[in-house]
Amino acid sequence: MNLDFSFFTSAVIKSFIFKGLIFSFQLTAVAMIGGMILGTFLALMRLSNKYYLSLPSSFYVNTLRSIPLVMVILWFYLLIPLILKRPIGAELSAFITFTFFQAAYYSEIMRAGILSVSKRQMAAGQALGLTYRQCMSYVVLPQAFRNMLPLFMTQTIILFQDTSLVYAIGAYDLLKGFEIAGRNFNRPVEMYLIAAFLYFVICFSLSKFTKLIHQKIKIIH
Amino acid sequence: MIQINNVSKWYDKFQVLNNCSTVINKGEVVVICGPSGSGKSTLIKTVNALEDFQQGDIIVNGISLSQKGIDLPKLRSRVGMVFQNFELFPHLNISENLVLAQIKVLKRQKTEALERGLKMLNRVGLSTHKNKFPGQLSGGQQQRVAIARALCMDPIIMLFDEPTSALDPEMVGEVLDVIVSLAEEGMTMMCVTHEMGFAKKVSHRVIFMDHGAIIEDLKSADFFGNNKKISPRATEFLSKIIQH
Ligand SMILES: Nc1ncnc2c1ncn2[C@@H]1O[C@H](COP(=O)(O)OP(=O)(O)OP(=O)(O)O)[C@@H](O)[C@H]1O
Ligand SMILES: [Mg+2]
Repeated sequence: MNLDFSFFTSAVIKSFIFKGLIFSFQLTAVAMIGGMILGTFLALMRLSNKYYLSLPSSFYVNTLRSIPLVMVILWFYLLIPLILKRPIGAELSAFITFTFFQAAYYSEIMRAGILSVSKRQMAAGQALGLTYRQCMSYVVLPQAFRNMLPLFMTQTIILFQDTSLVYAIGAYDLLKGFEIAGRNFNRPVEMYLIAAFLYFVICFSLSKFTKLIHQKIKIIH
Repeated sequence: MIQINNVSKWYDKFQVLNNCSTVINKGEVVVICGPSGSGKSTLIKTVNALEDFQQGDIIVNGISLSQKGIDLPKLRSRVGMVFQNFELFPHLNISENLVLAQIKVLKRQKTEALERGLKMLNRVGLSTHKNKFPGQLSGGQQQRVAIARALCMDPIIMLFDEPTSALDPEMVGEVLDVIVSLAEEGMTMMCVTHEMGFAKKVSHRVIFMDHGAIIEDLKSADFFGNNKKISPRATEFLSKIIQH
C-alpha cells in the first residue's frame, strides 16, 4: 500500500480540520467546567443525610453511568426539542448532553474526593465559626479537588476522546473533519492515521500536563 | 462564664456523658483528665456545640445551647478550640490559615485580619513562617499555629483537646509553654491533657472523668496535694499516669 501525505497541506487543515478541532476543544471545555460544577452539587446532594437530596442524586448518577454515551447523545438530541418545543441543533445538543453526562462521572470522583478529606477538617472549620457551606467551599472542596485532580484529568481525557461520538447526531468535530477531508481527497487511510496521531499527541500532552500541575499544587502533609 | 448543668448524651443506648455538671469562671484554667473513652473529648466539644447532647443544658456567656435557633457560627467564633491533630488547613499557607475565619466569620478587612494574624503568629514565636504551608512545619509548630489561629478570633475561652498527645516528646514543651503563657495572661481555658506536671503548674481546678461522669471536680491543690481527698479510681489513674 502506498501512503501519500502530500495532499495534507495547511489549506486542508484550515478548511477541514481546524473547525472540528475547535469544536472538540470547546465541547471538552464546556462539558468539563459545567460537568464539574454540576457534579460537585450532585456529590454534595449524594452525601447529604436528607434522603430527598441523596436519592435523586444517586438515581441520576447511577442511571447516566449505566447508559452508553452514544444513546444519551441520541436521546437528548431527540428529546430536548420536544421539551423546548423547538429544534436546537446538533452542536448545542452536544454541549448540553456532554455536560449532563460528564456531571455523573465527575460527581463520583468528587464524592470520593470529599470523603478523602478527614471529617476533623470540617470540625476545625466549624469550631472557628465557619458555616457548613463555608467549610465546604473553603476547606473541604479545595482539598477534595486537589486530591482527585489526576482522576479528574483522566476523566477529561476520556471526555475529549468521547467527543468523537457526536457523529451520531452529525455534529462537526475533529474526527468528522478528518473523515470528510479523507473522503474529498480519496485518502481515508492517511487521514485516519493522522487523526490517530493527533488524538494521541493531544491526550498524551494532556496527561503530562496533569502530572505537572499535580506536582505543583499537591498538598504537602 | 460557662455553666454545664446535668448534661447527658447517648450514642444510641450507649451513654457517653452521664449527668455532668460544672462551672468555669472567667480566668479559670480547668484541666480535664481521665482514662481513654471516658468522654473528655465529648464533654469539651459540647461546649462549642460540635457535639450535641440530649439532656441538661450548657450556658456559654449567657447563651443556652439547648435553645433552638441560636447563632452557632457566632458562638463558636468566640470559643477557641485546639485539636489533638492540629487541623490546620493543609491547602492554605499559614497566613491564609490565620485570616480565613477572621474574614469570613468576623467580616474583618483583609489587612486588619492579616495584621491580627501576624501579631498572634509572633506571639507563638513563628512569624518567620507566615508564607509556609502547614506540611512544611513540625508538629509542635503546627500546633502553635493552630493556637494562634484560634486566638485571632478574640476568644472568650479556649478549649484544648489533648493538644500535645500527637507530638514527639521533644516538641511537647514548646506547645505547653504557649498554653502556660496564655494561662498567665488570664485566659479562661478548659484543657484535656495527660501532662500532669503541666496540669499541676497551670490549672486552678482538675476534673476527673470516668465512664462519662465527672468523678472529681477539685481545686488543683487538693487534687494533687492530698491523695486522701480523691477517690480510689482517680488515685489509681494518677499513679498509672505518673509512673508512665
Ligand atoms: N460517633 C460515635 N458513635 C458512637 N460512640 C462514640 C462516638 N464518638 C465517641 N464514641 C464513644 O464515646 C466514648 C467517649 O469518647 P471520647 O472521645 O469523648 O473519649 P475520650 O475521653 O476523649 O477518650 P480519649 O482519651 O481516647 O480521647 C468512647 O467510648 C467512644 O467510643
Ligand atoms: Mg479524646
